[in-house]
Order: sequence, then structure tokens, then C-alpha cells
Amino acid sequence: MNLSSITGFGFVLIFFILMLVFFVLSRKDGGGTLRDIGAFSRISRAIGMAVEAGKRLHISLGRGSIIGVQAAPALVGLSVLERIARTASMSDRPMISTSGEGTLAILSQGAMKSAYRNLNILSQYDPNYGRLSGLTPFAYACGTIPVIYDEESSLNILLGHFGSEIALIADASERSGGMTLAGSDSLPAQAILYAAAHEPLIGEEVYAASAYVQAGLMHTASLRAQDALRWLFVAVLFLGALLKLAGIV
Amino acid sequence: MKLNLRAPISSSIAIAVGFLVLLGYFFDFGLLTALRRVFLQWAVILAAIAMMVGVANLFAVHWTKIKTWQAGSGYSLILLLSLLITLMVVGFFGPTGSWTLWLFNYIEVPIESSLMAILAIALAYASARLLRRRMNPFSAIFLFTALIVLLATVPILGIELPGLHGPDGIRSLITGIFTVAGARGILLGIVLGTVATALRIIMGIDRPYSE
Repeated sequence: MNLSSITGFGFVLIFFILMLVFFVLSRKDGGGTLRDIGAFSRISRAIGMAVEAGKRLHISLGRGSIIGVQAAPALVGLSVLERIARTASMSDRPMISTSGEGTLAILSQGAMKSAYRNLNILSQYDPNYGRLSGLTPFAYACGTIPVIYDEESSLNILLGHFGSEIALIADASERSGGMTLAGSDSLPAQAILYAAAHEPLIGEEVYAASAYVQAGLMHTASLRAQDALRWLFVAVLFLGALLKLAGIV
Repeated sequence: MKLNLRAPISSSIAIAVGFLVLLGYFFDFGLLTALRRVFLQWAVILAAIAMMVGVANLFAVHWTKIKTWQAGSGYSLILLLSLLITLMVVGFFGPTGSWTLWLFNYIEVPIESSLMAILAIALAYASARLLRRRMNPFSAIFLFTALIVLLATVPILGIELPGLHGPDGIRSLITGIFTVAGARGILLGIVLGTVATALRIIMGIDRPYSE
């Protein structure tokens, strides 16, 4: 065991303890209030309006491999998918999920099936609601664009790992008159989304999505743990900069 | 009363495996490291099988579109024919066969290059739309910086302007200091989010495998 292993394990352990502490605190105050992120409040309204108007919702989970770090934003997307699918199941047009990776396609089918089962409407579930749209970046974009155009999606939520191909998907959403909420772990994709999406999620905002769609108290607790550790990081960075400036390190 | 034990069993297995793999990263003990390697190999094999299931799903979706004459069913027909032809060619000639490479070099590469060109236009259009949709100081800084970096990337009509081009130019300052600092800040946030997501999965709070 070397120092970096011990540091890494210590960091994960502290994170875990903080999550538990914030979970206990959240149970006492019912989750408390979260910092306002405009994108999420506007999207909540858009989901309600789309369901009332009988329009389709579309969520795309990107093409990040499930066995790598790129899976994290897609896993957040899956939590959001399951939550929104419960609301969207009341719509005349069922929600559709697309992804650019086989495992994500299967998991998206599972998340939607779970939502339909919880609402006792499993007979209305169709496995084709969760789709693989392509396996290479541009094939994935080309497979997703027809879902936006032909299946008349009024709200497109893009949460996952994307590359520059996200510009084509966001552009299709804009041209079809739909609204786009999008977030990714990839820095080039975030830069593109800042320009191309109606509601871009920058940095770690993408990981806050599940807490904002009220997926559970532990999601809120993990978000608070992230915030606490971020301030710790900021303090350590400042301290490091000051020590460097003073010539101590 | 019917007891559904599938979800608790699958959750227990997933939590135990996740925990072992996590420990295997930090503690280099013989059995733990071996278990981590085995589980990761299984994950790779399962991901490959999932890809085949995904392709079957792709086929089923487009077959349904053709059967029910939905909008864009012509494109679905082209997609299915292309898929079948590619499968036959790669299956018969192998992944490095001459006809397989022909398909790659003369069909896939030109199509992807064309899409890349469309992407450039889409990005330019998106930047112009940003001015109309969300004009605030951040958008102004975003567009101004993008413009400066674009102009400074190549000499303007063969002329390198002092202060703009070169290692001491403004482009180097933006890409070498501001971009790196900003990117590191964003990456730190992403790391925290990734750890939070992973811990929720290992704790069984998020169970995307429950069905």
C-alpha cells in the first residue's frame, strides 16, 4: 500500500461519512432547500406542460462506456429517466430514451420498465422505448436526430458522456422547436452545450440532476457532501497558492 | 403472498461486487486484486454481449418502423440493409479484409467527414444564436474569447500579428493559463460528482440493474 492509495481510500471514506451525516440531517429537516439552478426549475415546468399537452419527452444518455468513469453522468441520467418516466407515463405519447452504448440501452429499458411497474401500468410498457441509436459518435447522433424530428419530442434531456457530436443533436432540438436541457462530463461537450443548448449544465451541475428531480434524500445528502468537499478543495488550493507565493513549498 | 426476492438478491450481489472492486483498487492484497481483475474481465465480456443485444434492439426498432410505415421508414430500410451488408462482408472477409476496408474507407470515412463539416456549421450557427437567446456578460466573454482564439490560431492572410500570435500572444495566455485553470476547476467538480454517483450505486441507493 502506498501513500496515494491511502489518501484515495481516506477521501472516499470521508465522502461516505459525509453522505451519511447529511442523510441523517436531511431526514430531520425533510431534505431542506437546494441552491436554485434555473435550468431545473424551468425544466420541471416544461415537463409538466409537455405531459399536459400530450407531447413526447426524450432523454439521451450519451455513449459513455458503463465500465469506465464516463458512466457516471449516464447513471445520473438513468435516475432522472426513472423519475421523469413516472410523470411522462401519463402523457399520450410515451417517453423515449436513446443511448450510444449497449449496456446503457438495456439499463434505460430497465429504468423505464421499473417506472411502469411502480405505476401498475406494465402492460403499456414497450422495450422499444429504450433504444440504442448508434455505436460510433456520429452514428449515435444520426440515430438520435430522427427521434427528435420524426417522433416530435418537445423536450430533450441530454445527460451523459458526449463528444462534439452533441452539437448536431442540440441543433436538431432547436430546429424542431423543442427545449434542451443538457449536461456532460466532457469539457468540449460542455463548451458546445453552453452555446447550443437552451439550458446547459456546467461542471458538476449534471451530477445534481437527480437531487433536483427529487430522486430521494440520499441524492440530496450526496449533493451536500459534494458541496462541503468542494469548499475543502477550494481552501486547500488557496492555502497551497499562498504557501507557494510565500516560497514555503 | 408472493415474495419477490429477485431485487434484494441482485442488489446484494451488486453491492458486494462493487465494494470488492473498490477495495481492490486501494489495497493490493493477492485475493482482492485477483477478484477485482476477474470481475472487471466479466464486466468487459458482459458489455460486449450488451452491445450485441443493443444492435438487436436497433434492428427491432427500425423493423417496426418499416412494418408500420412510420415517418422516415425509408431511412430505416437503408439502415437495415447497410447493417446486413456490413455484417455479411465483415463476417466473410474478416475485419481487415479488402472489402471491409473498402466499406470503411469509401463509405464510413467520407460520411463521417461530411458530418464533421456540418458540425462546424452547426457550431457557428449555435454561437450566433447564443447572442439572441442568452445575451449576458458570460455569453459575451464566451464569444469574444472563442473569436480571439480562432483568429489567433492561424496567421491572418499570412501575417502574424504581435500580441495575438506566437508563444507570447494572447492566444497562448488564454489557452495556457485561463483555460487550464478553468478546466481544472470544472474537473474537480466532475470528480466529486463521479465519486458521489459511484458511492450511491455501491450503497444500493441507485439500482439501475433492478429490473
